[in-house]
Amino acid sequence: MSLLQVEKMTHYFGGLRAVHNYDLQIEPGQIRGLIGPNGAGKTTIFNLITGIHKPTEGSVQLESENLVGLEPHQIASAGLGRTFQNLLLWRHMNVLEHVIMSQYSKMTYGLAGAFFGTVKRRRQEAEAEDKAYGLLELVGISDLALENVLNLPYGAQRRVEMARALAMDPKILFLDEPTAGMNPEELIQMMAIIRQVHKKFGLAIFLIEHRLKVVMELCQEIQTLVFGEVIAEGTPKEIQNNPKVIDAYLGKEAID
Amino acid sequence: MEVTTSELSTPEAGLKSKILETFARVPILGWLFGTLVAVILEQIVGTPLAWALGLPKIPALFGFLIMLKKPMLIPSSMLYVSLIFLLPIGIVARLTLAPANRLAERLINFSMQGSVLVHLVLLYAIFHIWTGMSDYRLLTLKFTLIAIMVTVSLNVINGYMGEFSCSHPGFMALGAYTASVFSVSLFVNDSMFGQALMPSFLGPFLFPIGLIFGGCVSALGALIVAIPSFRTRGDYLAIISLAFMFIVKSLIENLEFVGGPRGLSSQPDWANLPTVFTWTVVCIWVINNFVRSTLGKALNAIRDEETAANAMTVNTKRTKVVAYMFAAFWAGVAGGLFAHVLGYVNPASFSIQKLAEVLAMVYFGGLNSVYGSIVGAVSLSLLGEALRPLELFKWIAIPLLLILVMIYRPTGLIAFKEFNVLKLIQPKKKKRKEV
Repeated sequence: MSLLQVEKMTHYFGGLRAVHNYDLQIEPGQIRGLIGPNGAGKTTIFNLITGIHKPTEGSVQLESENLVGLEPHQIASAGLGRTFQNLLLWRHMNVLEHVIMSQYSKMTYGLAGAFFGTVKRRRQEAEAEDKAYGLLELVGISDLALENVLNLPYGAQRRVEMARALAMDPKILFLDEPTAGMNPEELIQMMAIIRQVHKKFGLAIFLIEHRLKVVMELCQEIQTLVFGEVIAEGTPKEIQNNPKVIDAYLGKEAID
Repeated sequence: MEVTTSELSTPEAGLKSKILETFARVPILGWLFGTLVAVILEQIVGTPLAWALGLPKIPALFGFLIMLKKPMLIPSSMLYVSLIFLLPIGIVARLTLAPANRLAERLINFSMQGSVLVHLVLLYAIFHIWTGMSDYRLLTLKFTLIAIMVTVSLNVINGYMGEFSCSHPGFMALGAYTASVFSVSLFVNDSMFGQALMPSFLGPFLFPIGLIFGGCVSALGALIVAIPSFRTRGDYLAIISLAFMFIVKSLIENLEFVGGPRGLSSQPDWANLPTVFTWTVVCIWVINNFVRSTLGKALNAIRDEETAANAMTVNTKRTKVVAYMFAAFWAGVAGGLFAHVLGYVNPASFSIQKLAEVLAMVYFGGLNSVYGSIVGAVSLSLLGEALRPLELFKWIAIPLLLILVMIYRPTGLIAFKEFNVLKLIQPKKKKRKEV
């Protein structure tokens, strides 16, 4: 049994079929990529697996446990961490608070702790803060810990999302276009961070990307999605040479 | 910045900034000492001084009432206020600057809790002596403290959580009536509830239970509002909570056993100043604890980006409902205190006007800030009392002020500021000048 297993997942937005018969297996420690033209349904697949939308049909299982129908926070606590394509940060909170916040489900001090400031609360909050600083160190923005997120440059905001997703100790990390809008320098740094995270935590990573360079270099397996259907699956090399992919995604000129 | 202003300024301006600089170094402890001396001074020489200055009685609210009623007495009441309050406070604060700072430092090093306690005891002493001069002051202060509780708790919903709730007067009414029924039926020989069931000397000790009971009933009411309205975001809560407020009001108006529209009276006089003060301090402490914990900051995450909060393991539904019930609980406790301060309660006092008052305090003081809510509640309560002689014009002056605040500081006076008690009470060091 794979770590994450998605079978025959289909989703309709009203009459529009966004995803059709989608299958996915992710093994522990694997990096998988999902590519496809704009509007192919990549982010929808992320949202379906992480519970933001409920699939119309099909099953999603993490370590043989059913995820369909659970609330997003339950799925997240089960071990699916994610980032967002359009950076969903909390605009009145600083970087450190972001990374502490995603450890919410690990805070067991309860309401009594929150109301009366018990010893247990102080200990857990301090632990969460230490962990947050460690993760910020890892993604290279520990010096910005007390800055409000809106004051950060774009690349740093992406790193905040990364650290925030890592703080919940995920088993699989879902990265939705982690390098979107980055300049080449930031892109290289981001790829280094993804590699480092993968190595350090032995995480499975599932990423959506537009830039083929990133996917080809990072991923072991790639799926190509067009109009909600997987048209090709395989190693970067196979995908690169698959005529269907080239036709649909890269364009006919790429063959020449 | 510093250098250019001092270069450009005239000698008087230089003197002014020097004075301001000196007083900026006075710790809270120093101000408390100064105020304590001032109120003691008033206790001793207040009445003769007022008589000597030709005032009918001592100015209860820093002379505002007298000044607005009889403009002829403006000079003498201003003189009174400066002689009794401004000058002594200033002089004592300046004289005790160094020792107060040393003492504040020693207290904090000794024990944080102890230091807070010392400050609170001093503050209470000031309140006690200040209100000892007139019953009007006592009543105003009690209502101000209750307003603080209501405002801070509403800020949890409207500020920290970013929803718009209108049912706080309704929650206050639930708390007020529950606590009143509790104390009247158990401890008072009343025509409506018959003989007292318990000896009356137990009353003051069981009073907190009545208040908490009232708070819990309010929290249950909040649950009823929360379940339908938190399914989606948007204006639903505003509408449902407004409806809830009116439902509570007409429910009480039609309940004959609590007096209907005539109201319920003969609550025993247990809400004395120490009780109200203690409850207010506990309320601020607990709410401040809550909003600074990760569980409470989850409210901010929900307000700013609910999808992200949910995807980062925050149980958004439960957090919202719990916070709503929590805020309602404190509104209920405040309502219970309100009923016992007045010794009378009727449904009309929890209507749309109360709502406007509370909302004004929250938005005037500042969203997402316990500090701001305290400032908003105190300033608008005192202003409301001080402008009372203006009668109808009071309701023009206060909204105008609100409009000005909304124009220049859209989120309120002191928004998005953490209420850090340690920072507040710590000694103030001399600022090191650069170069």
